[in-house]
Formats: sequence, C-alpha cells, structure tokens
Amino acid sequence: MEDLLAARSQMAMSLAFHIIFAAIGIAMPLLMIIAEWKWLRSKDEIYLTLAQRWAKGAAILFAVGAVSGTVLSFELGLLWPRFMGYAGSIIGMPFSLEGFAFFTEAIFLGIYLYGWKRVPPRAHLFAGAMVAISGAASGIFVVIANAWMNAPTGFRLVEGTPVDIDPIAAMLNPAAFSQTFHMTLAAYAATGFAVAGIHAFMLRRDANNRFHRAALAIALLVGGVGAILQPLSGDSLAKSVARTQPVKLAAFEGHFETERGAAFRIGGIPDEAAGVTHYSIEIPYLLSILAYGDPNAVVKGLNDFPAANRPPVAVVHIAFQLMVGCGVAMMLVSLWGAWRYIRGRRNQTWLESKWFLRLLIVAAPLGFIAIETGWVVTEVGRQPWIINGVMRTSEAVTPMPGLIVPFLTFTILYIFLAAITVWLLLRQVAASPRDPEPNPREARVAA
Amino acid sequence: MPLETIIAGAMVGSLVLYALLGGADYGGGVWDLFAFGPRGRAQRTLIAEAISPVWEANHVWLILVVVILFTAFPPAFATIATALHIPITLVLIGIILRGTAFTFRTYDVQRDNVQRRWSLVFSIASIITPILLGTTLGAIASGTIRSENVPSSFFRSWLAPFPFAVGFFALALFAFLAAVYLTVEARERELQEDFRRRALLAGVVVGLLALTVFILAKTGAPTVRAGISRSWWALGLHLFTAIFAIGAFVTLWTRRYWLARVCAAAQVTLILLGWAFAQFPHLVEPDITISSAAAPQVTLELLLGALAAGAILLFPSYYYLFRIFKAE
Repeated sequence: MEDLLAARSQMAMSLAFHIIFAAIGIAMPLLMIIAEWKWLRSKDEIYLTLAQRWAKGAAILFAVGAVSGTVLSFELGLLWPRFMGYAGSIIGMPFSLEGFAFFTEAIFLGIYLYGWKRVPPRAHLFAGAMVAISGAASGIFVVIANAWMNAPTGFRLVEGTPVDIDPIAAMLNPAAFSQTFHMTLAAYAATGFAVAGIHAFMLRRDANNRFHRAALAIALLVGGVGAILQPLSGDSLAKSVARTQPVKLAAFEGHFETERGAAFRIGGIPDEAAGVTHYSIEIPYLLSILAYGDPNAVVKGLNDFPAANRPPVAVVHIAFQLMVGCGVAMMLVSLWGAWRYIRGRRNQTWLESKWFLRLLIVAAPLGFIAIETGWVVTEVGRQPWIINGVMRTSEAVTPMPGLIVPFLTFTILYIFLAAITVWLLLRQVAASPRDPEPNPREARVAA
Repeated sequence: MPLETIIAGAMVGSLVLYALLGGADYGGGVWDLFAFGPRGRAQRTLIAEAISPVWEANHVWLILVVVILFTAFPPAFATIATALHIPITLVLIGIILRGTAFTFRTYDVQRDNVQRRWSLVFSIASIITPILLGTTLGAIASGTIRSENVPSSFFRSWLAPFPFAVGFFALALFAFLAAVYLTVEARERELQEDFRRRALLAGVVVGLLALTVFILAKTGAPTVRAGISRSWWALGLHLFTAIFAIGAFVTLWTRRYWLARVCAAAQVTLILLGWAFAQFPHLVEPDITISSAAAPQVTLELLLGALAAGAILLFPSYYYLFRIFKAE
C-alpha cells in the first residue's frame, strides 16, 4: 500500500470511528437533561431512572470519544505535518476554542456522571446542560475548521505562501454556517433515531413498559426535530457547495455534461471513463433549482474540469445518494411519528402500532449511515485537495515511510474497541427495567 | 515581553498542569498494578474513586498543549510530529488503552477475572504511556531533531539512552505524585500508610533517576544541561527544588500529608520549569526557536485572547469540580 493511501485510510478510519462517538456526545446529554428535567418537574421516578441509565451508557461512549478525539488532534500533525505547518496559524483558532469547549464538557461530565448524590438536583441539571452546550460547541468548532478546508478564506497567497492572515475571516468562511448547521442537526437526528430504535425494540416484547415508552418519546422528539429540519440545512449546504466547490457538486450528482436546466439524478452508477451516469432516474430542472434557485441555471459538468482536479466520482455520487436517501427516510418516519403522536397523545395509544415500532427499529442505524456517507461525500468530494484549490493532499502527507503499520494498528485497535463498546452497551440495554413500575428505591441507589 | 513568549509560557503552564493532574492519573494506574496484599482491593477502589470523576478533564491539558503548539508555532508542531511520529503514535495507543480499559472495567461484569484483565490493560498502559511521553520530551530537548529531516532520523532522535531516561523519570514523578495525593485522599489509616510507604519509595526512585538523567544529559542533551547547570538562575532553581524534595520527604515521614502534597507538586513544577528555562528560547533544540516558529502577530493576539477568555471560564469550573470530589 502506497504511503499516501495508507495515511488517507488511517485518517478516514479514525474520523469514521470518532464521529459516531462525537455525534452521540453532542446529542446524548440533551436527551439526558430532558429526562432529568421531566423528573424534576413531575417527580416521576421513571424519568430519573431513565436519565441515570442513559448516563451509564453515555459514560462508556464519552470515554471512547475522548481518547479517539485526542488521537485525531495528534494525527493532524502525524499524517499531515505540511498541512498543519502551512495552515496552523490560519485555522488553529477554532481548534483552540474547541479545546476549551472540550475542557468544559469534560469537567461538567465528571460532575454529571459522578455527582448524583454530591450536588443538589438543580446544580446537577445545570452540569448536564453545560455538557450538552459545550459538546455541541466542540462539534461546531471542529466542523468550522473542516469547512475552511472546503472554502479557504482569511489569507492571501503570495508565491505559494499565505500572507495577510485573518483567522476570524477564516472561521467565517462561506461553508462554515451551512456545514455546522448540517452536522449539528445530523448528530441530534442520528442519535435520537438510534436510541428510539433500541427502545422500540424493547417495547415490542413489553409493550406497556413505561420506562421504554418515556425513553422512546424523548429520543424521537430530539431525533425527529433534527430529521425534519435537516432538509433546510442540506439545501443551504448544497447552494454553498455549488458556489465554492462546483466540481464537488457535479460529483455528488454524477453530472458530466455542462447544461442549462440540469436534472437531479436519483440513483445511477457513474462511469467515469465514458463520462456518463447510467440507470438513474432524472427529475428535470431540479438540480439547477437546488443548486442555484433558478430552473434555467447552468450547472457545470465534470467534463469541463481538468481531470487532475476531479474527485473520484462513483464513490462520491453513491455516498451522496445514500446520505440523502437515509435523510429523506428519517424525515418521513418523523412526520409519521408526529402525526401519530398528535392523534394518539390523549389516550396514550401513539406507540400502539407494531408497524410503527418495526419501522423505528429498521430506521435506527439510518442516521449514522447518513453521517458516515456524508463525511465520505465531503472528504472524498474535496479530493485531490486537502485545502480546496490551495494544497493537494499528496503535498501534505508526512515523509514518514511504512505508514501501513500505524494504519493497520489503529484499525485493529478500533475494531476491538468497537466490539467491546457494543458488548457493554448491550449489557446495559439487557439490564433495563422490565417492570412497568420500577422500584423507586433502586432508582435513587443507581449510578 | 513578546507575545510569542507569553504564549509559549502558557503552553509550558498547561504542560505543568498536565503533569500535576493528568500525570497523577497515570501514577494511579501504576499503583493499581502494585495493589496486592490484604488491602489490594481497597487500594484499587481508592485509586478508581480518585480518578473517575476527573481523568477526562485532566487529560484535556495535553490537548491544550497540542493546540497551542500548532496554532502559535505551526512549523515546530510539523517538525516534532514528523521526527517523533513513532513515539507519539505509541503514546496515542497508550492513551486509548488506558482511558478505555479504565472505563470498561467500571462498566463490565464485576467478576474478578474480568476486572483483573481490564486492570492489567489499564495499569500497563499507565506505565508505558508516561515513559514514551517523557521519551518524546527528552528527544525534543536532545538537539538531534533537525528541521530538515532525513529518513534515518525517524528512530535516532528518540531511541537513545537520554530520552528513555527522561521517560522513566517522568513515570517515577507521576507515580510519586499519585502516591502522595492518595495519602491525602485515603480515609483509613492503613491505606494512608500503604501509600505513604509507596510515596517514600517513589521519592527515592525519583532522586536516583534525576541523577541518571543529569549524567546522561552530558552527551544526550548538552545544551539543555549547560542551561540547567550554568545559568544565573540555576543555583536558585536547584536550591528550591531540593528544598521541596526534602520537604516532601520530611512531611511524608511526619505524616503531614497535606503539606507533602504541596511540596511534591512544587517539586515537579520546578523540574519542568527548569527544563523549560534551560531550553529557552528553543522549542526544538537546536533549530527551532520560539520567535522563528511563531505564527503571525494577529494569530498570536487572538490566541492569547482565547486563552484568557477560556481561563476565565475554565478555572472556576475546574475549581468547582475539585471542590465537589476532592474536598474533605
């Protein structure tokens, strides 16, 4: 394996692994504090049990997220030292702010997880809210740095050297708003759906279990709001990509020929050699509308970009299709859920549908599939650049030989961690309260 | 004082706090390995209770060191990450195994054999990681990392006696700190005595390894050694370090644990500051200095602002965390 490919694989694998824990780290505290807040308001012990059970699961995921995030901050230099040497002074700022957000998150997480009996209930809820806020802030800062790689601003190039550096302008790059909006909603939607799916699974065998019903309602509220809002951010992001990275947009769509009034493709397999996308369903004018808000706008095709500046089209197109497909499916499930809830709220029957529960179980992984494919879309879609239009990925890689060794080492390590994490979470789920009215004493002793 | 020097100072400050707080968490892992005898289980429980609520926060000091380094001194970060790719990668593997094994142990089946397996991973990672972390710092001080790397130097700069001596020295310091802190945190007298004995033993090892590092520095890191022995501040530094080292022994001996904790922390702080002063103004001996690697002024100004604002948010939160879990 070539060193550049090994470095890219290691970075991709590390990100793909960490992003799951990062997304859960953003959304799970929100679920926990909603449950805890409902407990404080209603004094219904079931919500306290729920917050504590979720916190136990979250503790495992947080630890794995913290260490895999540490790995990434070092890997920026270990794998891409020339990128960091070049860009550190321009884009180090959001990473520094992320450092403080992470600090706040870790401090209040300690209080939240271990302080149930040591701080008053309101202070405990406050700690949870701090974890939720700083977790979201961490994610936003990191995505701002990534957005800059897609739409680099805040400097001028003079003979290949960046001058007139403006770190604030770099943070306010044109991709920053839509990318952070999109990723933050994705974290809530994916986590909400995954958690809802787990509780839906438990409810199939134990339909009247109040614990799982309460859990499902909160998870689907967070996940559903995320999924229903997501098309807004997706639209804003597509327009931003059309402006800042037209070649990436063309790759999303497997769009080879420049045309006016371009069609939106659903499905299809791009054939890069022949320059066509086969077997796709085409909706006329929709791509021009989505990208530029004008049915007659010209959308530049891949054939009009130099071959050396094109990303691998098939991977990007297929990943994009998967992401959008998962997102649409989650939105539809959310709308159905909202409708059922509004109709069945009074008599508590909104969860009494086998098909609805089955659908939630099937939909559980969709959000994370969308997150993973979404990162393939944005990262592979930016290739061959590490900083769009400024520095090629091949120029950024470390001169260190034998990079396949760390790639394989981290891969094996992460597979091991993933297996243990899943096993421990399954244990937590299996130990969830069976009794529709769990013993209130157990709730206070737990955690 | 130029901005870049202030920021380098903040970086050293973060490193000192990482050693005092995160370092002690590694030290806890060391004592987990040596927790046996009639009170083995009680020792393990005490260590776990001391670490659980704070280790993730303590760990972030290291992240802060790294982000300051790559924001304020990008070429230094690029050079270090290239030349020391191997030991840093090993440190990362250690960090992963240490943190996850510790958490997995808490949430896995509470059967003895399962717990023992995770404890073993946790404690071995807690031993190897500080050694490699110290080795990395030793290599940075040694003067063998050049900004223009030749492929042969991926091993040469760190696979040498001096960096490894620094690595073992770091491990001994962390174990010493942890044992001293645990004497304060232990509730029962017998547990206090256990960690008092361990602290005294670790203190002796720290002294011996300090001497070893100093001797090996003659060829291993000549510039830094010259700084430590000949600068105008050297005598004062050695004097105060010695006072606190002896103070730690005396207070441990006389069982004044709270004072022992202060002395041990001061001793470790002075050792790290001594290294930093001796290497000043170099970030990486001998090619990269604070001013040659510094980012443009505007970046430094913003970073300093962020550090100040972050500190206002951070220190009260940190104080709150420690008050909740560490107050008597």
